[in-house]
Amino acid sequence: MSSYGRRILWVTLATAIVCVAIGLYIGLYLTNVPGSQAATRGPAGVTNLYLGTVPAAELTDPHPTWVSYYVVNPTSTNWKHDTTFVLPANSLVHVTIYQFDGDSGLRNPFISQATGTVGGNFLLNGKPTVAIDPDSASHVFAIPAIGLSVPLEGVPDNAKNPCSNAPCPLSMDHETISFTFRTPAKGLYRWQCFVPCAAGFIQGFGGPMQTVGYMDGFIKVV
Amino acid sequence: MTGAQHFRRIVWLWLISSVILTPIVVLVLAPGMPPGNGTVEAAGQVTDNTVLLGLATPVALGVLVYFLYACVAFRERDTSGVVLDGPPIRGNATIQFWWLVVTTGLVLFLAGFGSVELLSDGAGGGQGPNPIAAPAQAKGDPALQVQVIAQQWQFTYRWPAYGGVETQHLELPANSVIEFHVTSLDVIHSFWAYQLGVKADANPGEDNIAYVTTKYPLTFNIRCAELCGVWHGYMYDTGHVVPKSQFASWITAQRVKYAPATKSLPPYSKTYFPDPQRRGG
Repeated sequence: MSSYGRRILWVTLATAIVCVAIGLYIGLYLTNVPGSQAATRGPAGVTNLYLGTVPAAELTDPHPTWVSYYVVNPTSTNWKHDTTFVLPANSLVHVTIYQFDGDSGLRNPFISQATGTVGGNFLLNGKPTVAIDPDSASHVFAIPAIGLSVPLEGVPDNAKNPCSNAPCPLSMDHETISFTFRTPAKGLYRWQCFVPCAAGFIQGFGGPMQTVGYMDGFIKVV
Repeated sequence: MTGAQHFRRIVWLWLISSVILTPIVVLVLAPGMPPGNGTVEAAGQVTDNTVLLGLATPVALGVLVYFLYACVAFRERDTSGVVLDGPPIRGNATIQFWWLVVTTGLVLFLAGFGSVELLSDGAGGGQGPNPIAAPAQAKGDPALQVQVIAQQWQFTYRWPAYGGVETQHLELPANSVIEFHVTSLDVIHSFWAYQLGVKADANPGEDNIAYVTTKYPLTFNIRCAELCGVWHGYMYDTGHVVPKSQFASWITAQRVKYAPATKSLPPYSKTYFPDPQRRGG
């Protein structure tokens, strides 16, 4: 084979390798989506969704220092690191969030008031609450497309038994927030946190706030 | 055929196609152009787009006519021999003169027209903290101030004339001058109310003022027009222009609904960034 032919062969081979690598990168990016968890249907027709928020993900997580939501089993520490929740359409969903993180404070105090819940309020450790002190907010569970927004009170700084990494047993210091909302029609809706809670990132809005699977995700209404 | 004869034929073809197509474009296509006639500013933008399209049509036709004419008249007919380039054209002072005159005239006219339109009422664009162009109506009757607060990833709206209440959605009274004060709490967003003809960047620590004069009730789409993070594509809302009486009822209900949150809001200010920083930073 002539030197020109060899050169053509090498260039063709290199081009093919680069194209395959780019194709794999794009393909993996498009197919690598977080898993989803179906909520449990209760006896009275109300669907229950149990969530947890922690200061940092599991130590085995690719980002063990990132703040995160989890799907929680209230009777064990068998938590699932998924932020896509499958819920039935046009139904009442009762959400319980076990909140283990400290406060970060809301940038917009307006979001300290709950909206879009049944009754316009939520239970904070069993006490009916409409709004919290914006500075004591740790996180928010919000589905902007349906006007749902619930602030999550932070664990006090002087907590005796705080949890750092998921999963956190309920014996450790936490706040319990619960509320009920009605799901919309079938579709995919995003949810997010509104507190700039991503420690170590510019203005607290990088990392876990910008990555589906930590402080935001979807509700898949079916 | 001589070069002069080709030129005359091209000019005639261009003239005929322009006389036929330009009115069709201006009278039929242009009125349906965005963003519609929902507000005075949106209607002004349709007028601007119509003028631009009316001037662009003959220019585009000139290029197309010459291209098609050249494909037909100057094609290589003898396929047996070597294809040769045509003789170069250089130094035609008449063509160069008129080319410069026409293109310069067009550009200068558009610059003047655009400036006049922009200075008449602001054309719905963000003008920064010290706007130089306000709608004529705003000079007699005070405009209704609405603060648009952008944050990752939703817009909220604050109303200094109504106790500083903040709302999740936007409703506006019909037949009114609205003075938007657009700001951001985090990164750069852009408030784009499509059917209102309003688009203003939301910069943290900045007060960007844009005016709009509503006309009749309508529904409008609000979108963020500046790539602002992972949920940028979901940062939208639907607003409504409603009769004044309906707006009065709505804002009263909002004040009651959001009374708990209003107690926590800081005093109304042109900007809020960057407080609080807290964990971030």
